[in-house]
Amino acid sequence: MTLRIPRRGLAQAFALIVILMIDRAVSPQFFNLHLQDGRLFGSVIDVLNRGTPVALLSLGMVLVIATGGIDLSVGAVMAIAGATAASLADTHSLPVVIGSALAVGLACGLWNGILVAVLRIQPIVATLILMVAGRGIAQLITEGRIVTFTSPDLVWMGNGAVLGLPTPIVIAIGMLLLTGAVVRGTALGLLIEATGGNARASELSGVGTRAMILSVYVWCGICAALAGVIAAADIMGADANNAGLWLELDAILAVVIGGTSLFGGRFSLVLAVAGALIIQAMNTGILLSGYPPELNLLVKAVVVLAVLLAQSPRLGDLSRFTARWRRSKP
Amino acid sequence: MSDSSAPPAARPSLLEIRGLTKSFGALKALQDVDFTLGEGEIHALLGENGAGKSTLIKVVTGVFARDAGTVRLAGDEIAPRSAKDAVEAGIATVYQEVNLLPNLSVAQNLYLGRQPTRFGVVRQAEMRRRAHALLLDYGLDIDVGAPLASYSVAVQHITAIARAVDLSARVLILDEPTASLDRHEVEILFRVMRKLAADGIGIVFVSHFLDQVYEICDRVTVLRNGRLIGTRDITDLPRLDLIRMMLGRELAETTHERAASQPDTAREVCVSFKGFGKQGYVAPFDLELRRGEVVGLAGLLGSGRTETARLVFGAERADSGEASVAGKAVRLNSPRDAAGLGFGYCPEERKTEGIVADLTVRENIVLALQARRGLHRPLSRREQDEIAMRYIRMLDIRPPDPERPIGLLSGGNQQKALLARWLATSPKLLVLDEPTRGIDVGAHAEIIRLVRDLCEQGLALLVISSELDEIVTYSNRVVVLRDRAHVEELKGDAVEVSSILAAIAADAPTAQEVAS
Repeated sequence: MTLRIPRRGLAQAFALIVILMIDRAVSPQFFNLHLQDGRLFGSVIDVLNRGTPVALLSLGMVLVIATGGIDLSVGAVMAIAGATAASLADTHSLPVVIGSALAVGLACGLWNGILVAVLRIQPIVATLILMVAGRGIAQLITEGRIVTFTSPDLVWMGNGAVLGLPTPIVIAIGMLLLTGAVVRGTALGLLIEATGGNARASELSGVGTRAMILSVYVWCGICAALAGVIAAADIMGADANNAGLWLELDAILAVVIGGTSLFGGRFSLVLAVAGALIIQAMNTGILLSGYPPELNLLVKAVVVLAVLLAQSPRLGDLSRFTARWRRSKP
Repeated sequence: MSDSSAPPAARPSLLEIRGLTKSFGALKALQDVDFTLGEGEIHALLGENGAGKSTLIKVVTGVFARDAGTVRLAGDEIAPRSAKDAVEAGIATVYQEVNLLPNLSVAQNLYLGRQPTRFGVVRQAEMRRRAHALLLDYGLDIDVGAPLASYSVAVQHITAIARAVDLSARVLILDEPTASLDRHEVEILFRVMRKLAADGIGIVFVSHFLDQVYEICDRVTVLRNGRLIGTRDITDLPRLDLIRMMLGRELAETTHERAASQPDTAREVCVSFKGFGKQGYVAPFDLELRRGEVVGLAGLLGSGRTETARLVFGAERADSGEASVAGKAVRLNSPRDAAGLGFGYCPEERKTEGIVADLTVRENIVLALQARRGLHRPLSRREQDEIAMRYIRMLDIRPPDPERPIGLLSGGNQQKALLARWLATSPKLLVLDEPTRGIDVGAHAEIIRLVRDLCEQGLALLVISSELDEIVTYSNRVVVLRDRAHVEELKGDAVEVSSILAAIAADAPTAQEVAS
């Protein structure tokens, strides 16, 4: 199994380090860690922990985007899965709870996948349907209330620890390794990249492009469901209106920061997760700095702009142009 | 060899192109091409795909910058730098896919960007009145307030032409205007063209329907491989000569040796098709492909060559007949089925249907093999490297770097990598659609040599080419197509350029003529 960390990952690594340094500057205790009740605490752990839902979403999203698609419904799927888990938590065992939530995510992914791969509806429109309807479905499950639960097993999913690391972080690492194994350990990665790079040519080479596209949406649904379970476990309840709200945009952003083109083709799982961490490191930094959290959105926008500019092929032309302009000046 | 001995146009010349040259990298798309269009003349511009017709049009209309040569419009040299420049200079183009806004009304389309206004408000009624009057001139009495999309393609074409001419066009370029029109609509369009010609407008007519060329045009200019083959008056040009101008090729010494092997009926049939066809696509045909034999598909553009290849490879689903491999009937509903049966297909559209430009040469080469093996049996990186290097060496792909994105390679090397993609699957049958299109001369000869080698190794090959000399060079048998049907099969000594030309030009009335 090889997790490709290409040279182009340098930009993301650099960005992450810069943001962590800024965090360190605004909050001198940023890198401090301490162990309490068998669990590590500290701002860095917090970044990892809080970043988990978006990191999980971006694992699914990066594959979808690699095929040239997009999935706007992941936030809503989080809400549905969270509602499912919360309503079952106090009456069923943990495997049943998680199994049901994941099955719901799988069904949502299958729905999206069938719309896109079989019925050939544009991904942005196809997944918009579930984005809108999903919150309604989640509210039907919770009957319009915020469903709370006390099941210690499910609470552990959000607040427990494994070998000192918070459970969500362990789950996210596990999913990264699992996705990596599935994608790079089989031929799936190559065939997804080929499908996203040129679907017509891939089909004419005998690639089952329809199955590829279907499978990435299913995987995206499962990842979103897992993120939804963790988000619900974290607050010990399911809020159909707010769980995962706008997180689809963060996930897309994470993938783009990770260097995967929205046109499809080449993708990197590790860099997509790095993108999620960059976003979370910014969020945490602004909270620590004491600036109003509203500023967060503005900073995020600036970072997006910077990343996109760095990836723009026109930028090279522009630098040549300015060089010529400077030379032509006396 | 250009033939400029054509009689001088009786009319004053309107558009004069001299020595036009345009290259894309190493590929010479146009070399020293001359073209003259007279006032009120309808002039056909003919040639197969890749002959340089579209490049010529794009240079004249300012889409591409030319490398050398002059373009004069009514005596003044022009150098349009954008399509807008060209329109302002008086050269308008109407493409097969009409470039108008289907959701707006006909009148709005005609006057878009120059609507009659009063106090800054568009005068809708005035605009509709003018639009109606304008179209009446073209013999169209229609409700100009209705959306353009509610009318037939012919009306849309005429609207586009009317707009272009009304924008003071003196030269009108019509690029395949009749491809999606029925016989009646073609008549309407031709009436409009004749009227415009009578008003002194010069019309360049690009089409691959030779019947229409003979019906409407005054003169013909033929391009081949970016060179001018000649300009003739249509009345002095028998159809056979015209087809020879389009398809014949000066014999390149290196490639012109007849395939030595005679068709051998004792060879085992590896794939056969019986009554295979699809309504409105290709008429049902029988075809047997034997091991170690090259079958060429010859015909004009649009005669059903590519369509046959796509049916054979399952890229298009046949609705009649059956396919069998080694005597057993097989399912052939998708490229995936075909690849599973040991077929391979290198499509003509290399960029859009062949390569995955962002992936490396290695990944492109192993793609078909990996797809056939399935997800759970991935080729290890070492196996991929071995396969890629083996074919890079065997086919001499340059640069010999398996990790380079294939989009950065030249056309000839991309073509070789696509061949490698299928060779890696050890195919029984390879379908090659225009394997030498857009490839420079050196790589051209190499690809032809490869085709022969593969054949000697026992592959069955089905090869499409619009270069008849090339087909004659490697084919054991040639199937000739006309009007989307297989019309003749030539074997052995009968495989000659002249006999193929005769079969293509055979003057059977076409379906269209019968209908009219």
